[in-house]
Amino acid sequence: MSTQVQAPANLRFHPVRDSATMLRRNLKRMLRYPSMTLTLVGMPVVFLLLFVYVFGGTLGAGLGGVSGGRAEYVNYVAPAIILMTVTATVQGTAISIAMDMTEGIIARFRTMHIARVSVLTGHVLGSVIQTAFSLTVVTGVALLVGFRPAAGLGAWLATAGFLLAVTFALVWLAVALGQVSKTVESASNVLMPLVLLPFLGSGFVPTDSMPAGLRWFAEYQPFTSIIETLRGLLMDKPLGNNAWIALAWCAVLALGGYLWSKKLFNREYSR
Amino acid sequence: MTTRHFQPAIAVTGLRKSFGDHVVLDGIDLTVPQGTVFSLLGANGAGKTTMVKILSTLISADAGDARVAGHDVAGEPDAVRAAIGVTGQFSAVDNLLTGRENLHLMADLHHLARGDGRARATALLERFDLVEAAGKPVSTYSGGMRRRLDLALTLVGSPRVIFLDEPTTGLDPRSRREMWQIVRDLVADGVTIFLTTQYLEEADELADRIAVLDHGRVVAEGTADELTRRIPGGHVRLRFADPQVVDTALRALGEAARDSDALALRVPSDGSLRSLKTLIDRLEDRAIEVAELSVHTPDLDDVFLALTGNPKNEKVTSR
Repeated sequence: MSTQVQAPANLRFHPVRDSATMLRRNLKRMLRYPSMTLTLVGMPVVFLLLFVYVFGGTLGAGLGGVSGGRAEYVNYVAPAIILMTVTATVQGTAISIAMDMTEGIIARFRTMHIARVSVLTGHVLGSVIQTAFSLTVVTGVALLVGFRPAAGLGAWLATAGFLLAVTFALVWLAVALGQVSKTVESASNVLMPLVLLPFLGSGFVPTDSMPAGLRWFAEYQPFTSIIETLRGLLMDKPLGNNAWIALAWCAVLALGGYLWSKKLFNREYSR
Repeated sequence: MTTRHFQPAIAVTGLRKSFGDHVVLDGIDLTVPQGTVFSLLGANGAGKTTMVKILSTLISADAGDARVAGHDVAGEPDAVRAAIGVTGQFSAVDNLLTGRENLHLMADLHHLARGDGRARATALLERFDLVEAAGKPVSTYSGGMRRRLDLALTLVGSPRVIFLDEPTTGLDPRSRREMWQIVRDLVADGVTIFLTTQYLEEADELADRIAVLDHGRVVAEGTADELTRRIPGGHVRLRFADPQVVDTALRALGEAARDSDALALRVPSDGSLRSLKTLIDRLEDRAIEVAELSVHTPDLDDVFLALTGNPKNEKVTSR
């Protein structure tokens, strides 16, 4: 009878392989539950249509550009809507993380000999792919309603790379915030500021139209530099320091979010 | 192959755990030999799940020593995780995936070769009678199916020590019996099982040894027979149609006691056929009309009554 209990010869971890497995799990879950992805794409699309067709005529006139009106405003607001697509999707990440944490399967993962971080990296990679999908849809709709970027191929590639960095940073933040949330509802609330921040920056109107205090905040908050970088790349305008400031913010958010997430996941299991 | 037959699968000494002021485990010692079923029996809140969580590396103990599969739970959690499988009280399955996808997920996480993983999933689906449901999302499964899948997921990695935390709580009697058979088959394969339950019957059916956990202490340990012998409380309950008959029966049977129901009596009995026949003969001889007869075997309440003196003894022990 072979009843001896032995340590398996191989106790090595396989973080890359495990992350790939967890990514497959998350992609399957997204496909199985498509209404979540559709809701996440729907929100920026609705905002885009609202701002272009309802507010666009008036807001565009205030920009004082050559063409003026709605056509001018589409080009102004599109980068903000693109960023909003990212924040909406990472809000979904926080919700799925919070949902996952309330399910028993996470407890099972914790008792298994796997690379623990793969539970989180699986979510991160899944969300990055989901965001890429959402960004494609939203950018497509923006082009349909009159968005006319001046970017060449190089600028488009730079935009894609930059959006990847922004998404990666915000997703890690969302993974941490999703774990902090005790319920699915609070996970969706805790991410609300991220969704609102583009409004309190240069996303929808130029900051110099705002009152002094708000204007100071709007100019220095991270989303303004991100939006200005997107605008610069897409509309072929000078970037100034915005790209570096934005990338620095991304590095800080990604690293902070990653370390915080890891710490939260390794804390004593309590549910 | 090195054989270490003398090394227990689980060895626990002086284990303590508190959550704030609340002492959950108050110095636990127990040893589980390899290839046996050990059952931790206790009511809700007795500390059973906390015990499983510590032994399966989910939480750490405040004091004491715990070794599972020869490895220190606190010092070598990775080695412990590689040797164990856990099926908890709440199903640890992915509800959005299908049963087969859940099994494939586990096979991938155990780094089985693709073909081996697929084959293992199919074999487990057959073994646990889940072939028909294999392609459906787990959210559509019944409680029993879910629990079977849960255990199947645990088995993908061929663990040597399996923790089953209340594996049949909330299951219907049929699913419960199926689960029992599965556990028996596992033991036949040489796996060590640490089972928690609140049902004496379940421990009796499955376990080689049983420890009764009460308020964080092991109040009794032994085989099912050893424990049942220590537990009085088996009796026959007789119900009568007429209060006068109750008095007649009380005189006739001598050792009977009045029940909370004014029309019923409790007669101590071990529930054996012989003792029932004696009782019925006595009633027949005196032509006592019995409206209803029921045999009451010892249950967890009786265990606690016998072992702790009070089923809810927090009310009598002073802090």
